Amino acid sequence: MTIAQDALQLPHLNYGALAPMLILFGAAAVGVLIEAFVPRRSRYALQLVLGLGALVAALIVVITESGTRELTAGAAIALDGPALFLQGSLAALGIVALLLIAERTLEPGGPFVAAAAVTAGTEEDRTQAAREDAGTEVYPLLLFALGGMMLFVSANDLLTMFVALEVFSLPLYLMCGLARRRRLLSQESAMKYFLLGSFASAFFLFGIAMLYGFSGQISFAGIHSAIQTSTQSTTLLYIGLALVALGLLFKAAAAPFHVWIPDVYQGAPTPITAFMSACTKVAAFGALIRVLYVAFQGTDWDFRPVIGAIAVLTMLVGSILSVTQTDIKRLLAYSSIANAGYILVGVLGLSKDGLSSTLFYLVTYGFTVIAAFGVVTLVRDADGEATHLSRWAGLGRRSPLYAGLFTFLMLAFAGIPLTSGFTGKFAVFAAAIGGGQSWLVVFGVVSSMILAFPYLRVVVMMWLSEPGESTPTVSIPGALTSATLAIGGLATLVLGVVPAPLLDLTNHAAQFIR
Amino acid sequence: MSGYLGSYATLGLLIVVGALVFVGAFSANRLLSPSAPNPAPDKYRNYECGLDPVGGDWAQAQIRYYLYAFLYVLFAVESVFLFPWAVIYDRPEFGASAVVEMGIFVAVLALGLLYAWRKRVLRWT
Repeated sequence: MTIAQDALQLPHLNYGALAPMLILFGAAAVGVLIEAFVPRRSRYALQLVLGLGALVAALIVVITESGTRELTAGAAIALDGPALFLQGSLAALGIVALLLIAERTLEPGGPFVAAAAVTAGTEEDRTQAAREDAGTEVYPLLLFALGGMMLFVSANDLLTMFVALEVFSLPLYLMCGLARRRRLLSQESAMKYFLLGSFASAFFLFGIAMLYGFSGQISFAGIHSAIQTSTQSTTLLYIGLALVALGLLFKAAAAPFHVWIPDVYQGAPTPITAFMSACTKVAAFGALIRVLYVAFQGTDWDFRPVIGAIAVLTMLVGSILSVTQTDIKRLLAYSSIANAGYILVGVLGLSKDGLSSTLFYLVTYGFTVIAAFGVVTLVRDADGEATHLSRWAGLGRRSPLYAGLFTFLMLAFAGIPLTSGFTGKFAVFAAAIGGGQSWLVVFGVVSSMILAFPYLRVVVMMWLSEPGESTPTVSIPGALTSATLAIGGLATLVLGVVPAPLLDLTNHAAQFIR
Repeated sequence: MSGYLGSYATLGLLIVVGALVFVGAFSANRLLSPSAPNPAPDKYRNYECGLDPVGGDWAQAQIRYYLYAFLYVLFAVESVFLFPWAVIYDRPEFGASAVVEMGIFVAVLALGLLYAWRKRVLRWT
């Protein structure tokens, strides 16, 4: 053989710092074994304990490793401040989402289908919908997805990033199709997400090829130094950057790559929608800021106007279209698009403040949105969740507590002071002004005002309308959903009133290594 | 004809020639063919190597063939990594850790096979 003896070196692995991902992937593999060998009755408890245990362990390891700043696994993975912060956020948001996913008291058997391969609408399907407990495949899938997201935010080269993108996307596609009720809608959403997501992945991969063509490297440090020193035409660089950014902005739900969001958010089981809207956003923006801040630092004159235009479009499309929505899940979906725009505004600060405000916003938005979808799972009638807005009229009379909580969350989305939504928006807008991007802030404020209308319309509907015949009941949540709502609501309140500790943490973390 | 993109010039030329051949062949076909084609119904039948066609041309593929795809992906991915590994695992600086790592890798793939087996996917029903 002609391989040089010394050319092959085993890469150094810092197992301690990699442990959160290893724990999640290991637990997911054990979860698959549980699916294969443990009797159906005892799977639910085992999977729930395993999932919660793994996520808590991962969070603890992230906290103990919080001082780590190093490249590991042959510089394929960067464990720096933002990566560790985002991994911790993913673990924390994952725990809250898992609690919501595991709820089984609202609906006999839980919100997931027992056997997804049974054809929807057949006699067999009706039998299993009525009698059988939900399948538990969703727990290992969730752990795989979270592990992939953690890898995604810490990837230090484009190929690792692509692998991580697939690792967390594939479980998400599957989880979208697992709803117990309205199965065709759910399967349609999974199919749509899969097809569009595959296109986005293909564009991302093509972008990697272009960037490799430009720089001869796939690592972010290599691309960065090639941008500084390369003398050849920058055509490939810009095509590559555009395609890679397209793949990431698709996952982050920025316009004009947002068209899948409303359908998928509406069709997917609500706990999965909650998980996606919180954690996928964290992962996608985590990767986007790493690409823009680490690999493309120094080309900001070129990409800032384009991504700024996308941010403006995202904010306007999200806020204007959410005014016309009549379904609460679609309304939250468009609100999630608008919020992607606000986060992009923070990203375009392109400074330490931009980075830390983005990290802050991702966490605050994640907790609020999980709690909001948690409330959506509670408003039900005999056919499952009643998501049409007209059905929410008069809910405040029926159930003041949950209507009050939802009102609070809506006010947080609208950015009223003393909620985390206000602090988050303030932070990203301040960072954008600091970065000289006042025009983005103008659009941000205008779209926030537009967006306040649909939020407040829901509030007015709940409190000032008389409950009608068709107003559904609000189910009493089980312990798990109660915990989700409590954590989400408290986080929204606490991060609004005393944001300083988390802001300090994000400031402390906001330093990439290359 | 120099620089990075210049090295693609041959490829670009090939694409241009290919497009010309394609357009030329179809234009010649159009010029030479009679303007009113044979109206007999057999004209629009499927062509099966000169035999009488059996059945329609919209055949459904059995979904259970996905099993082949599943097994192919499983074992192809495994061998793609096993071959280069087999060349270097006995070098001095690799040794036990390389064997253990490959064991973990194969075990993860085997996990998928195990799951499929337990879910009775491998049974041809």
